Amino acid sequence: MSTIIIFLSSGLFLGWSLGANDAANVWGTAVGTRMVSFKKAALVASIFILLGAVISGSGASHTLGKLGAINELAGAFTVALAAALSVFWMTKAALPVSTSQAIVGAIIGWNLFSGSVIDMKALTKILGTWIFSPILSAVVAIILYFIISSILKHWKIHLIRLDGMTRVALLAAGAFGSYSLGANNIANVMGVFVHSASGMFTDISFGGLFTLNGVQQLFFIGGIAIAVGVFTYSKRVMMTVGAGIYELSPITAFIVVLSSSIVLFLFASKGLQNLLISHNLPSFPLVPVSSSQSIVGAVIGIGIAKGGKNLNLKVLGRISAGWVATPVIAAAVAFITLFIVQNVFSQVVY
Amino acid sequence: MLFNRAKSIESSIDKYLENILTAGLIFESGIKEYFENKFEKFEERTKEIQKLESESDEIRREIKYKLYKELLIPDARGDVLGLLETLDNVIDTAEMVMIRFSIEKPTIWPELKDDFLELTSASVKSVFELVSASRAFFREITKVADSLIQVHFWEHEADKIEERIMRKAFEGTFIAELSQKVHMRYFAERISMLADEAEDVADRLDIYTIKRSI
Repeated sequence: MSTIIIFLSSGLFLGWSLGANDAANVWGTAVGTRMVSFKKAALVASIFILLGAVISGSGASHTLGKLGAINELAGAFTVALAAALSVFWMTKAALPVSTSQAIVGAIIGWNLFSGSVIDMKALTKILGTWIFSPILSAVVAIILYFIISSILKHWKIHLIRLDGMTRVALLAAGAFGSYSLGANNIANVMGVFVHSASGMFTDISFGGLFTLNGVQQLFFIGGIAIAVGVFTYSKRVMMTVGAGIYELSPITAFIVVLSSSIVLFLFASKGLQNLLISHNLPSFPLVPVSSSQSIVGAVIGIGIAKGGKNLNLKVLGRISAGWVATPVIAAAVAFITLFIVQNVFSQVVY
Repeated sequence: MLFNRAKSIESSIDKYLENILTAGLIFESGIKEYFENKFEKFEERTKEIQKLESESDEIRREIKYKLYKELLIPDARGDVLGLLETLDNVIDTAEMVMIRFSIEKPTIWPELKDDFLELTSASVKSVFELVSASRAFFREITKVADSLIQVHFWEHEADKIEERIMRKAFEGTFIAELSQKVHMRYFAERISMLADEAEDVADRLDIYTIKRSI
């Protein structure tokens, strides 16, 4: 068991940094504008991230598994480490970075190193989703903006009451966002370990009510790491997001969080996918997407809905650059780290 | 729980705005009674407005306390308090002008009586429109602009009437002494000040409204 924990450590670190950074995407404005207290936000976030990870985490993780079925624990450790190092280094260099994109790059690095064939179908699906997710987020935000504006216009809610309603709405959207974040992004944290580590866990049954299988236990551990990240480090990031980067009113903050949560959920929920398929509707691929980019997409959507005056094309450029730069850097880092782990530490990585 | 608290502050705010409106009505009736030589009634009105002013101060403090203690509307709190405090200047001015009338007892010149009544009416109308704008700010933000236009209109009207009174007082021959001419100018300025205060609040409200539109 201790070996598993040592090898999982890189994934847990990745989870911690995800909790520290990405929870701020969901809760930043609510906490930064003091509509929701940090304690409340951290508690709700942790619970719902864990629920999302354990209940709906397998979909997006499955797609990552298709891209590269990492069969050795040391290999999985190194891939997650490479992704974590890339995220850490790019954050230090103030480059926009997404854990989703780093882990995909690192898996490709493993593919190249191990000489495995890259599943181009899975890769195209992932890349397509990255481009599509912020756009979809913007579209959802525009639609929600017009719906909510017209509701506010017709209902004539008193400012004070509206404030109370907005708090409840922000809390609900935050809970949903956290669930979606857990469901969609647990794949980044624990996905690479699924093939090599989940078999080492035995199923745990809770009084016959429900059973947690190996993958779910793995996701639970990853979820805990994310929650620790939320509690220990996200407050600072939330204050920065809330106070500085996007100046949003509490109501637009609600729209932004809800839109990006919907998008994250669409790309994570197996249940929804099955439902759409059974009704012969086009479904969404289950792919880990970047919550930051989804948020930025929604903010841009609000800008467009307001008449397009606040559009910052630089931000769009940075997002597009991230689609290419992050995976390439992570792939290179993974290749080098795998080489070191294999040849210096004599570990079997594939 | 949350909505009960909201309801209590909402009704305090409604009561506060109602008081501003009532102050306008008392002011208009009081000045009219003064110019109709009904001094006893005028003194009663002065007392009424004094009472209303201290009651409004109390409500304003209560709203302020609740907003901060219960951490409500963190993003708009400063604006709401700013609005309530400047609205307080309106009621203060109305009270102050009536007290000056009561103490200084300016002479009533038949030549100026109608102008003074017209000035009072224009100033009070700007206050009424301000109250409408403030109510809209809380409930129907898109309607604020219309009322603000009317506040500015009546303030401008008051300015014109104020100038007319001053010209009549100084250029006409019916007032012999300079001190009395100055006294008329003083009171025209004071009554018009009510509209000036209303316009000051309107300017703030304009900004608060832009900030609040989602």
